[in-house]
Amino acid sequence: MSIANESLGLELIGLNKILGGRIIIENLDLSVKKGEMVSLLGPSGCGKTTTLRMIAGFLRPDAGRVILTGNDVTTLGPDKRPSAMVFQNYALWPHMSVFKNVAYPLKIRKMSKNEIIKRVHEALGMVNLMHHKDSRPSQISGGEQQRVALARALVQEPDILLLDEPLSNLDAKLRIKVREDIRDLQRRLGITTVIVTHDQDEALSISDRIAVMSDGKIEQFANPQALYDEPSTEFVANFIGSLNRYTGDFYEGRIQNGDKVVGIRPEDVYFTANNVPDGQPATVDLVVPRGHFYEVYLSSNGYKIRSFMSSEIPQVGENGFVKISKALVYIGGKLAKVA
Amino acid sequence: MTKTQTKLNLQSNSWLVRILLLGFLAFMALFILGPLIWLAIRAFVTGWTFPNLFPDGFTLRWWKVIAGDESLINAIKNSLIISPIVVIVSAVICLPAAYAFSRYEFWGRKTFIIGIFAANAFPKIGLYASIATLFYTLNLMGTILGVIIIQVLGTIIYMTWIPAAAFSSVSRNLEDAARDAGASKIRVFWDITLRLAMPGILVALVMSFLAAFDEAQGTYLVGVPTLYTMPTKMYALVLNYPVQISAVFSLLLAIPSVILITMARKQIIGGQLADGFQIK
Repeated sequence: MSIANESLGLELIGLNKILGGRIIIENLDLSVKKGEMVSLLGPSGCGKTTTLRMIAGFLRPDAGRVILTGNDVTTLGPDKRPSAMVFQNYALWPHMSVFKNVAYPLKIRKMSKNEIIKRVHEALGMVNLMHHKDSRPSQISGGEQQRVALARALVQEPDILLLDEPLSNLDAKLRIKVREDIRDLQRRLGITTVIVTHDQDEALSISDRIAVMSDGKIEQFANPQALYDEPSTEFVANFIGSLNRYTGDFYEGRIQNGDKVVGIRPEDVYFTANNVPDGQPATVDLVVPRGHFYEVYLSSNGYKIRSFMSSEIPQVGENGFVKISKALVYIGGKLAKVA
Repeated sequence: MTKTQTKLNLQSNSWLVRILLLGFLAFMALFILGPLIWLAIRAFVTGWTFPNLFPDGFTLRWWKVIAGDESLINAIKNSLIISPIVVIVSAVICLPAAYAFSRYEFWGRKTFIIGIFAANAFPKIGLYASIATLFYTLNLMGTILGVIIIQVLGTIIYMTWIPAAAFSSVSRNLEDAARDAGASKIRVFWDITLRLAMPGILVALVMSFLAAFDEAQGTYLVGVPTLYTMPTKMYALVLNYPVQISAVFSLLLAIPSVILITMARKQIIGGQLADGFQIK
């Protein structure tokens, strides 16, 4: 049917989407390996949900192709695609019990009653919700509703699982537990998964690779570590983690005058009382305890710089030296060098 | 919530306020129920005139008169046949329109919605008079079809506004989820949209039935003298029959309303109708 690579779970080729006269997605390419978990990460309005809806089939791209496990599904509706989606607000049908919600996709596929019961019980077992199978969605908690939505997706044994901000409606504690559960389940089933999120913590902790999006384009597509260590564009560097940002240049271990953009992660900055190689004289302006680390604001050579330190915390007003172990230098928004 | 608050207020207030409140409630109950009770008694008495405090005697004679009067029986028959037809016709026309109003953006959508309301905002007798001239040329005067058309007009507002609000309250996400699960568009409409909008549609059906069943102005203009329904027959009854016959007929006329309202009570009080009015 196509020349597409069979070992890919999902391939997006040259996707374009215009909505309301505005370009939402522009020439977007993305390849996801079978069994891989990929996040689409970006600020609201960057087009990540639009991309997901094009993968699911709710939106048809104006140009480009969507290929699922080697089959071109660009022209198919959502009901004909081997994908299953978990919606942001779960979208459980309020007039059906938990069991019936999960059974519905199988009922549509005209499976036998026994087969349906067996598979629904399996799916509900996977998300530990067997005890709620006769409850209505309104009678269970948000976290449980989320798991029902997940079970309803998994019971279809889809080629690809799509998650739209699945954790955004859960409270902070639950969010971490559920995201671990999702990751665990995804690994165990080896199911290709695309998850849309605006939460970088979530993306960094859950994904094999992350596609950082901005203005309808993918800025960088890499594994979490690479994304953090070598953000290929200024946008990614700003969006992921914290950053000290300067106009200038960086060499000989210090910020110099220039017209480039210098980004320094606070983790790559530390303060010592005694000088070290490449250390610069510095003064401590402010120390803010942040739980498991301290945010230390420093002045050095006329620059303000922020440091994250977890030991040997200096006093405010203390004079000493600052050591910058790594800096990212951008020209025209693109990574030029790592110094 | 509000109920418990009212109760708390009652308890915390003084005796005087409580007595005044109870008095007011009793007055309201009498005001609303009084005429109905009077009517119900009237249907079973031989005579009851001022200054007698109690009726002269009880009888089932008036019920027998109605059972034996063919023109009255015909009016009952006409009402019971025409009203359900009106509801069905109205549903067939209006429910798709209601769905379109709630789900699609099209040219003139707002004008249509407001127009439906506006048609009910003015005295209808003027509308009926001009329709009557049209019906004369179409030979629809005095026919069942003519009466059905005139009654359908009166139900349109219930059959579009309430279901449109009900359709609107069904989240698109729920439909999307069903599509994603593999359901075709028709299946989604049937399993999800229609099913979730059903309480609103039921209310619309009940309201439309009552509107058609009680419709007198247009029906009188179009149907009389060849075709009488229960409400139009009431005019003749009030003028030409003993008062007790009217009372019996009123009770008969109220039966369908009471049954339907009782059946739909849960839907109306349950908030489905209340929070259904979210049309944008």
